[in-house]
Formats: sequence, C-alpha cells, structure tokens
Amino acid sequence: MTQMTFARAINSGLRKSLENDPKVILMGEDIGALGGVFRVTDGLQKDFGKHRVVDTPLAESGIIGTAVGLAYRGYRPVVEIQFDGFIYPAFDQIVSQVAKMHYRTQGAVKMPITIRVPFGGGIGSPEHHSESPEAYFTHTSGLRVVSVSNPQDAYTMIQQAIASDDPVLYFEPKRRYHDKGEVDESQDLGTALPLDKARVVTEGKDVTLVAYGPLVKTARDAALAAADEGISIEVIDLRSLAPVDFATLEASVRKTGRLVITHEAGQSGGVGAELAASITERCFYHLEAAPVRVTGFDVPYPYSKLEMHHLPGLDRILDGVDRALGRPNSLSGLEG
Amino acid sequence: MFTDDAGKGGAAAGGPGNSAGSNRRTGGDLVQLITPAGERVSHPEFDLWVQDVSDEQLCSLYQDMVVIRRIDTEATALQRQGELALWPPLLGQEASQIGSARALRDDDFVFPSYRDNGVAYVRGVNLADIVKAWRGNALAGWDPYTVNVATQQIIIGSQTLHATGYAMGIQNDGADSVAVAYFGDGATSEGDVSEAMVFAASFQAPVVFFCQNNHWAISEPVMLQSHIQLADRAAGFGIPSMRVDGNDVLAVMAATRIAIDRARHGGGPTFIEAVTYRMGPHTTADDPTRYRDANELEDWAAKDPIARVKSLLERKGLLTGELEAAVAAKADAVAKELRAGTINMPEPQPLDIFKNVYSTPNSWLDRQQDHYSRYLASFGDPAEAASEEGAR
Ligand SMILES: Cc1ncc(C[n+]2csc(CCOP(=O)(O)OP(=O)(O)O)c2C)c(N)n1
Repeated sequence: MTQMTFARAINSGLRKSLENDPKVILMGEDIGALGGVFRVTDGLQKDFGKHRVVDTPLAESGIIGTAVGLAYRGYRPVVEIQFDGFIYPAFDQIVSQVAKMHYRTQGAVKMPITIRVPFGGGIGSPEHHSESPEAYFTHTSGLRVVSVSNPQDAYTMIQQAIASDDPVLYFEPKRRYHDKGEVDESQDLGTALPLDKARVVTEGKDVTLVAYGPLVKTARDAALAAADEGISIEVIDLRSLAPVDFATLEASVRKTGRLVITHEAGQSGGVGAELAASITERCFYHLEAAPVRVTGFDVPYPYSKLEMHHLPGLDRILDGVDRALGRPNSLSGLEG
Repeated sequence: MFTDDAGKGGAAAGGPGNSAGSNRRTGGDLVQLITPAGERVSHPEFDLWVQDVSDEQLCSLYQDMVVIRRIDTEATALQRQGELALWPPLLGQEASQIGSARALRDDDFVFPSYRDNGVAYVRGVNLADIVKAWRGNALAGWDPYTVNVATQQIIIGSQTLHATGYAMGIQNDGADSVAVAYFGDGATSEGDVSEAMVFAASFQAPVVFFCQNNHWAISEPVMLQSHIQLADRAAGFGIPSMRVDGNDVLAVMAATRIAIDRARHGGGPTFIEAVTYRMGPHTTADDPTRYRDANELEDWAAKDPIARVKSLLERKGLLTGELEAAVAAKADAVAKELRAGTINMPEPQPLDIFKNVYSTPNSWLDRQQDHYSRYLASFGDPAEAASEEGAR
C-alpha cells in the first residue's frame, strides 16, 4: 500500500499499462514534456519515449480520428482530452466512428480506445473547463462510460479500461486530483472489482444515495452528517455509467426503499434521469417514495463566482435525502 | 493626449489603393519595417501603407503598447493577489495586437481569442470588463455590439468560423466593413480553422485571418502544428497571405491595412501570419520552464516590440521627457482604473445563475429556480446558504 494522490495513481496505472503492453500508446495535447496540464502523464514521455507518449497537434477530432486508425492497426490508444469542454470537436469521431466500428464490422474491428477526460467543476476555472458531458456518451451505444472517485479505483480502472476491447470514456474528477488515498499497486486486475460494477461505499438502511466521480466524497460526507441525526444512508459509487450495474442498485433500493441520485451535470436527460426511471421500473413496489435527483441546474456551467450554487453540496444532498424520507425539507408543502 | 487615426480608412489615408486580388505574396520573406535595433528600413510595397503615419501617431502606437503591457502586468499582479482566478498574458505580442487593431475601422468586427486583450483595449472595451470573466463574475465581460468585438473565445479556433460567417453577412448586406479573426499558431491545427478558410475562399468573404504565431501552444512548439510556414498554408485554400514581423508595429499595421483594403474592395480573405513570441507563461497557471529553453526567451527579448519603437522614437528625436511622462501617466491611470474596477466589481447574486439561459421563460428552469430559492430561504441566514458547500 502506498499513499498517493489521485493524479499520481492514474499516472502509475498508465505506467503499468505502458510497461505491460507495447501496443499501448498515449496521445494528447501537452502530455509530453509538460506532463499534461494536470501533470497526470508526468515523466511518462521521458521514460517511454516520444513514440509511446505522443504530443499531438492541437486538434481533438484529429486525436480521436487517428486513434481510430491506430486501433484498426492493433494499437490500444489512450488519449487525453485536455478538458471536458474540448471534447465536442471530437464528438463526431467518438459517436459516429469509435462507438460504431465494432458493430459496423460485425465484430471484426475492435476499438480498444481509452478516452481520458478531466471533468467537472469546483476549481474556479473559466468557461468550458468545468463541464460534465457524460450523458452525451451514455446515450451512445457501443461506448463504455466510467468515472472514478478514489485513487485505488483510478489506478485499477485505468488499466481495466485500457485492457478492455471496448472503447471507454474514463472521466476523471479534476477537483479530486490532489486528494490522497491508499493504493495497492500490486493489485491483480483479475481479482479487482470489474470495470462495470458499482461499489457500496457505506452501508445503510434508510436511503440509497447514488453518486459517481467527484460527488462520491460529498455523498460520503453527507452520510456521515446524516448518521449524526440518526439517518442511515447507503452510499453507492456507480463507477460505470454505461452500462449500469443495476443489480447492485436494485439490491440496495429493495433494502432501503428510497433512492437519491446526485451528479454535477444538469438534471434533464441526465444520468440521474435514467437511473430514476430504470429503478422505478425494476423496484416500483419496493419504493416508499419517488426517486429524488440532486443535480446541477439546467443552465450552462456558470461563471466561477456562482459555481458553488450549481454544484450539489452536502446540504443540498441532505435536503434531497429529507425529501426522499418525507422529513421537513425546503420543498415541504409543495407537490412534486 | 495622442489621437489616433492612423488606423482609420487605410487606403483613403494614403495607401496605394487597390491591391485586391494580388495573390502573389505568400509566406517566405518576413516583412519588417523597423529592425530590432529601432532602425526604420524601407520596403517598396509596405511603406506605401504606412507613409501617412505621423510622428504623433507613432508616439501614440508606442503609448498603446506600453499601456497594454501595463494592463498585463497589473492583471498578473491581481491574479497573484487572488483577485483574478487566471490571466493569459500577452507579453511580447503588443506590436501584433496594437498594429493590427489600429488598422481597423470602428465598424469592422473583431472575433478574438482569450489572449487578445490589447485588441479589446484598442476597441474601447471597459478595463474592468476585460478581466470580468477571469475574475469569475461573468462568462464574458461585454456586449459585443457596443464595441464590435465578439466575446473572447476559449475554444481554440472556433471564432475563425464565426468571423467568416459574419463576413458573409457583410457581403450579403452590401456593406464595406470587414471581419477579423484573431487566433494563435496552435489554432491552425483545428478543423474549424481549415473549414473557415474553405468557406472564406469559396465565398470570397471579407474576412482577415490574423494569426499570431507566438511559437507555442501551451507546451507545444509551432513545428508540431505545421512543417511549413503558417502563411503558406493559406495558398492551399486559395487565400493570399503575408508573413510579417509581429514584433514590428508598423509592419503589422501595413499588412493589416493591405488585407483590410483587399476585403473592403471585394478582394476576399487574406491570411496574415504575425511572427511574434509569447514571452510569459501561457496563463498564470502554466510553468514554461518545463518545456522551453531560457536562451530562446533571451533571443526574443532582444526583439522586444516596445523597445524597438522606443529606439526608433529616440533616433527620430521624439523620445522627449514630456512624452515619457505622458506615457507613464497614461499607463498609471489605466492600471489604477483596472485595479479599482476589479476590486469594486459587484458580486453576482445566487439567482443570477438562472438568467439568460433562454430568451423567453422556460417552465423547467422556472421550477428549478423556484425550488432553489426555497432552498436558500430555508437557511436562517441567506448569506450562509450554500456557502462554499458545492465546491467541496
Ligand atoms: C478546442 C480546444 N482544445 C484545447 C484547448 C486548451 N488550450 C487552451 S489554449 C491552448 C493552446 C493554444 O495555442 P495557440 O492557438 O497557439 O494560441 P496561444 O495560446 O499561443 O495564443 C490549448 C491547447 C482549448 N482551449 N480548446
């Protein structure tokens, strides 16, 4: 076990993949000498050379499009999109090419591409640097979408993503990059929790609270605070946003009878909407209350002076928990 | 006070008239009118485009450059003091920004990137508005139509398409104004920039592509973006280009006037590569020592755009104590105004977050706003509401 930051854990996982498989190639803007704008790839170009860790021209569609060609050729490209808001120029390549190639070729061509995306807010950045675009990708069949919430998962899941023959969007919560945690670098990928499984973070019996990425920590803090008031929250780290591990969610909701979902992305058409609908279908007779979503607002990601209002915090999550429990809350007396 | 109309009305002010359609000047030679030592050198064609620039106007260009360097220094200090979240310095690019912006007419429309704060200053953007987005008090600091400057673009290269579309509109309207897109060397790799050039050439739109080749795209050298001179790229799109010393305010002004004149008179787009250098970091969050050689910086410091105009003024006997005092006073005043405007900027209100998402009310959002205001009201002290929670 080693204490390391989130960013370091991803770096270490990338290093391991580069060592283990000569077909792994890293590509992106500024990932070489600079080590990426978040230093996640720090030192990798020095150690593996410019052919394995490639600084690309400033062209996101170009980055993904050439990764498609490399994958055709048997490589396993791991690309970095510098910030969430810069993935859109690459959107066409991701949804029209990366996602569909396997289907189109009836399984003949694999697209083992990992797309790393630092995402989410809370760091006081300018426009286009704090977005949560995950729902665009969960809506596209053929893509796996995951988000990591702690250094150990960051370390393991990056390697699982790279090893996966499916394309994986790997969303890194940038405001947690400097958080530290224990990482077991000797962990065997074979015995680790599979990439598409959710994880129960804290067990509880009154409410199921589902989060992923940056909000897992906030959700856990909320559960601790709630425990002081005698409310027992089961926190689930979704980890895989597509496909979703409904078995784990169902088991929890059947036990607690109440569901709260939280994410930074806006509410409408978001991941929370899918979870609420699917769990309602699957667990209707076990639910004691309608599922509650505590999310960002349906507004463009706001300027940084207002981002703390947009991002679900501990109090807003607890207010949502109160709604699910029918306790007094900010919307008491209102319908729906 | 210096007045400047050196930039107003290019050809009318004494340019050689119609250069529209002149396709022959492609990359290659770097046009220079002022050497790094401050000597005025002659150029058979470019000279014609700045022969009207009076001594007084030259002093004014000098003052503008000093002032925008000062804006940069002050904004960097404000960032260090926690008043701005981030700042992208333009240190070293003063001649490119002033020389080009001063060649425009008020009704020309500029589409800038985040680094073009000198251009914003010349166009008359309020000083505090220049830093408003960097402070986090807005997504963009000004109303584009009041100054004919679009909001500063962060998505690399996008604005080149916007400029081209705007120019197509000008063309449709039968007007004779021009759209100008400012972007960096790295931007030329983005698909949008290629597509902008395709549209501009196809429709012969009155647009100027003003590329400041400052040699670096964050940590990536220009060679990673292009193996030919950027100016030469334009030829493949059928767009004439020029390559000028971007640290030479007169050369930049002449080139921009040529391009503007061509566009105004139906000659279509032009690509200008202003060869300059970003002497500071990419932004205040960047560490250039990780990727760039200190010697390189020294070489470019010797080509400083302000120092060379200063030497030229000296040679011409124009660098009087009076001038120096006036320039310093202006820079001081601007810095003071910028600081005060920043520090006294009104804070946004929580419910502002819901403003302007749509131009007409929307029931989904109204509901979210209603719920959030109830949530805020559920706290005893509204100031405490949602304190910094969300960001934790
Ligand atoms: C589409 C997109 N990709 C990546 C970025 C991140 N980014 C911001 S500035 C920059 C470098 C731009 O270099 P250049 O175009 O040369 O302009 P300069 O900053 O040097 O003025 C990068 C990669 C971005 N803003 N937009």
